[in-house]
Amino acid sequence: MTNGVLVDIPKCVGCDSCSVACKLWNELEWDPQEKSKTATDRAKEPNNGLWPEEWTSINRYDLQKDGSSVWRYVKTQCFHCEDPACASSCFSKAFQKLPEGPVIYDQSLCVGCRYCMMACPFDILRYEWKKAIPGVRKCQMCATRVANDMEPACTSVCPTGAIIFGDREQLLAEAKKRIKENGYVDRVFGEREAGGTSWLYISDTPFEQMRFRTDVTTMPLPSYTEGYMKATPFVGVGWAAILAGLYIFNNKGKEPLD
Amino acid sequence: MELVTTFVNRTGEKLSSVKWKFRMTPMRWVFTGIAAVAIAVILVRFVLGLGATTNLNDQWPWGLWISFDVLLGVALAGGGYGVALIVYVLRRDKFYPIARSAMLTSLLGYIVVVLGLLIEVGQWHNFWRPYVSWGHASVLFEVFWCISCYTLIQVLEFCEVATEKVFKGAHKYLKKAMPVMLIIGITLPTLHQSSLGQLFYLFVGKVNPLWWSAFLPLFFLLSSFFVGAGMIIIESTLAGKALNHKIDISVLRGLARISGGAMILYLILKITDMVVRGTFANVFAFDLPSILFLSELVLGVIIPIIIAFSSLSSTRKGLIWFAVLNVSGVILNRFDVLFTGMGKHINQYGGHYFPAWTEVIVSLGLVSIACLAYLFIAENFNILEHKGSKVDDYTVTEKLPYATTAK
Repeated sequence: MTNGVLVDIPKCVGCDSCSVACKLWNELEWDPQEKSKTATDRAKEPNNGLWPEEWTSINRYDLQKDGSSVWRYVKTQCFHCEDPACASSCFSKAFQKLPEGPVIYDQSLCVGCRYCMMACPFDILRYEWKKAIPGVRKCQMCATRVANDMEPACTSVCPTGAIIFGDREQLLAEAKKRIKENGYVDRVFGEREAGGTSWLYISDTPFEQMRFRTDVTTMPLPSYTEGYMKATPFVGVGWAAILAGLYIFNNKGKEPLD
Repeated sequence: MELVTTFVNRTGEKLSSVKWKFRMTPMRWVFTGIAAVAIAVILVRFVLGLGATTNLNDQWPWGLWISFDVLLGVALAGGGYGVALIVYVLRRDKFYPIARSAMLTSLLGYIVVVLGLLIEVGQWHNFWRPYVSWGHASVLFEVFWCISCYTLIQVLEFCEVATEKVFKGAHKYLKKAMPVMLIIGITLPTLHQSSLGQLFYLFVGKVNPLWWSAFLPLFFLLSSFFVGAGMIIIESTLAGKALNHKIDISVLRGLARISGGAMILYLILKITDMVVRGTFANVFAFDLPSILFLSELVLGVIIPIIIAFSSLSSTRKGLIWFAVLNVSGVILNRFDVLFTGMGKHINQYGGHYFPAWTEVIVSLGLVSIACLAYLFIAENFNILEHKGSKVDDYTVTEKLPYATTAK
């Protein structure tokens, strides 16, 4: 069974409890530069308010709905793709998708090339630029809690039930039920995006107005380079054989070059 | 500056010594100066980290060092495997006189790339991880293995040259291994040159459709091959001035034509790509990406093709124009794929990157170190005048009063 989290955007009141729980559980440092920003500021930041020590952030959008203005709070963090681009892009296997759902990172294997950061379809990964020995930082979906049948820190403290943890298939069914009942936008963001993600979002306001990458591919990203990598050894050996043949043929009966 | 190292042979009686020389000219002092500043910046980078020495950020985790030192460095060093293919495998003996200098440039290019990478990655002490922790689904895994193995092969190939002067006992073994090293040394770059293009194929929907294509590996491979001629012409012109050595114009023209052939293939593929993906509207939108894309093709490919196959390439001046346009086209292409290609996506919510002076000076410093190394090797080993094996004439056998002396 693979786990997921369902985010019901209209239910979120922007209390930031999830961010605080995340900081406490993961022992992330408090940085005044990060925390002086309001939820509205963070929604306009290039980094969505995600910093190396800030794995999740609440972004506030002032939107129009049925002629009246509404506030919508969007919790951002790693989407935990079903088939993650970061894991396939890593040449030293520092990223791993756990069967329980979380995509985790191990700094001891990381070389620091940052190909994962470029590859991430949602531009979620952050780097410790200020450190001499830096690592990549992102939400780990509280992998140690999830492995021990607990829910992630953030969902455990949500007072409104805007984020709920559970089996991904069941959450998906629940999401579709809520879309019908509440007249939401007919799309579960994360169902097929980037080949499917563990985190699922539903909303009553258009996703593209809340910085969701709605045009993202629905193919799993690793599938774009899979065939190439599988063919490479054969192309290499074949090409070397052709070169060896040409070398022998062209050097026949000729003075060798030195 | 001249240095004589003397080896006392086993009996301790007869002395043989090897001369090393390096003449400092104003230009070489400039190179040394830039290299010194660069080394200082590199030390600061290792102590304080990437944030203190670069403008890289979470939106732009790749910047000048990746695009210039790695993408471009590898592409411009492509002349080495190209010439090895033409001379040793296809036996076009006409190009033999440039083989050694082209392969030396390539070797130094790759050493710069490897050094650049060590400075660029965050946890440089972990560089060996992919050798044991195989992330074989990653295109970068292939690039990493091929670049590191190919650099080693090139060092061994150079040892074949170096052992004409020092450690002569090893020469005959290296010479025997040359055919194998040459074949591996052409296979590996073919693989990683194309893989560098394939790296960007993973950034689905983030790269401007002008540069994002299933043909990326072929584009990168072909352009690294055809830029070889341009690099050799520029290099031989500069080295010719510095070291008083001129390459026969017919050799350079022949190279330009081989390169021109590859460029025609490249152009056909580019046009096919536009037709298949229907990007003509983007190509002729005449916004910044479209103008850069068109200049890549018109100035960097079409005009060089015209020069190569017309009487314009019969003069040195024409060939230099060919080379400068061709090389600039490839430089523009590599920068475009990363910066112009990804700029719109990355900057959509206010991302920003412009290289810091420290990034620029490190890149220039690495190139300066390569230039100094080239000049030193070209002056002390049989590189430029190489036409065939000859008894080396470096050894002076005379009685010297001391073992090592600097004049």
